[in-house]
Amino acid sequence: MNASHVLPRHDRHARPGDPSRLLQAMDLDAHLAAYGPPPYGGRQLIEVVAAAGLTGRGGAGFPAARKLTAVAEAGRRAVVVGNGAESEPASRKDQQLLWTAPHLVLDGLQLAAEAVGTTRAYLYVNAHPGFPEQLGSALAARAAAGLDRARVQLVTAPPRFLAGEESAVVSRINGGPAIPRFKVPPVFRRGVAGAPTLVHNVETLAHLAQIARYGANWFRAAGTSAEPGTMLATCWRADGTVEVVETAIGVPLGELLRLGELPAQAVLVGGYHGTWLTSGRAATLPLANAGLRPAGAAVGAGLLAALPHGRCGVAEAVRVVRYLAAESAGQCGPCFNGLPRIAAGLAELARPRPRPRLRADLERWAGLAERRGACHHPDGSVRFLRSTLAIFGTELTAHARGKCSATSHRPFFPVPAGVPASQADWI
Amino acid sequence: MSQQLRVNPIACTGHGVCAELLPERVILDEWGYPVISPEPIPPALRKAARRAVTDCPALALLLSGHQRAW
Repeated sequence: MNASHVLPRHDRHARPGDPSRLLQAMDLDAHLAAYGPPPYGGRQLIEVVAAAGLTGRGGAGFPAARKLTAVAEAGRRAVVVGNGAESEPASRKDQQLLWTAPHLVLDGLQLAAEAVGTTRAYLYVNAHPGFPEQLGSALAARAAAGLDRARVQLVTAPPRFLAGEESAVVSRINGGPAIPRFKVPPVFRRGVAGAPTLVHNVETLAHLAQIARYGANWFRAAGTSAEPGTMLATCWRADGTVEVVETAIGVPLGELLRLGELPAQAVLVGGYHGTWLTSGRAATLPLANAGLRPAGAAVGAGLLAALPHGRCGVAEAVRVVRYLAAESAGQCGPCFNGLPRIAAGLAELARPRPRPRLRADLERWAGLAERRGACHHPDGSVRFLRSTLAIFGTELTAHARGKCSATSHRPFFPVPAGVPASQADWI
Repeated sequence: MSQQLRVNPIACTGHGVCAELLPERVILDEWGYPVISPEPIPPALRKAARRAVTDCPALALLLSGHQRAW
């Protein structure tokens, strides 16, 4: 805790339901006025992060301190990477954070680098128009102010679903395509240029920068004791609007999606590798793994999407699964054989009179694809498929009879056009 | 130390040699790719397992210590 700086009203904003720790717009001057320079403290930060209970905000939810420790103890000079490649087509939170408060992320990157004893750092981001330039300016401003101890190189990610996967990030920074690699040995032992590599999501780094200043207890003032803190959530509401909110972990999904005033038929939790819930169930569940796990769902990277009545969940899922199959890196046999068959099978299941064996085929292909890839792409895709079959069973039955209950067939969830055709599309 | 057979699914090109050399632990899926039993390799199968590793044309098999949490 650094008491010499005026805190930006954290005590008022730390209450569950009304937190605003990360999303206050600040250029470097405003950032320094509010927070001061990065509170360099070396390796002891790892203990504070452990006490805070910070988990990764990129989707996997791995304890941040354990990653830091593994890299700090690797015994060789490490590399740290701020991962801002937000590859879920519907997610907006990392982009919004980097536009709004880049210096919190960059403070976190510096502090993480110091904690693991290195001065080699990367910031890996999507190439949205103006985005790399904006972050380049932020880095230049910090250099001019003499704030940074680690030199930060900016690397851009291609617009591919898997570009933010940890080993794909390393591959891209190493000058190759952003495709996942076989993780033996793991990235924390051998990553960028063969060095032990710490890859943290940019939101994780922003939280880390605040934990370094205000301590573990402050962080734990929001959230639940098992899952402390706040998180950014991208909320696609049933009226078609999208909003990034910062919320305490544990707030009901129904509140975040305003399901009371904007009724939905189903809610997709965790993006296109995620899980569908009926709207009724989603309304009662919190944005916390403890509550979502019994429903087969997880907080992931905080992506929530409500499907309104009058739209066809089956048609949406067909488009999503086709996209997921096309975004396979095509490296692992079970994925490049399984996912296109699953995508074609689901499309056939959505048409009148699908062949009787199709359901069994889909289930078999799902079983063959699952847990047999170098990355989790087949696992996430299969999770999405299975929850589609479970939640939209009634609609599938109607489709088999040549009926669809939707009143609008315009696509609702965003699915990027253009599939990767050559190696150049992964650079 | 108990050992476990693993495949690098990126390196694997589906030759199927492993399933011929170690049918006790490896079967092929309908596309020709190995499905490896997660059970450890008992001493009686170690020789065959080592041969599967060295004879894989894609060098895609690994025999690793069972306790390593990769």
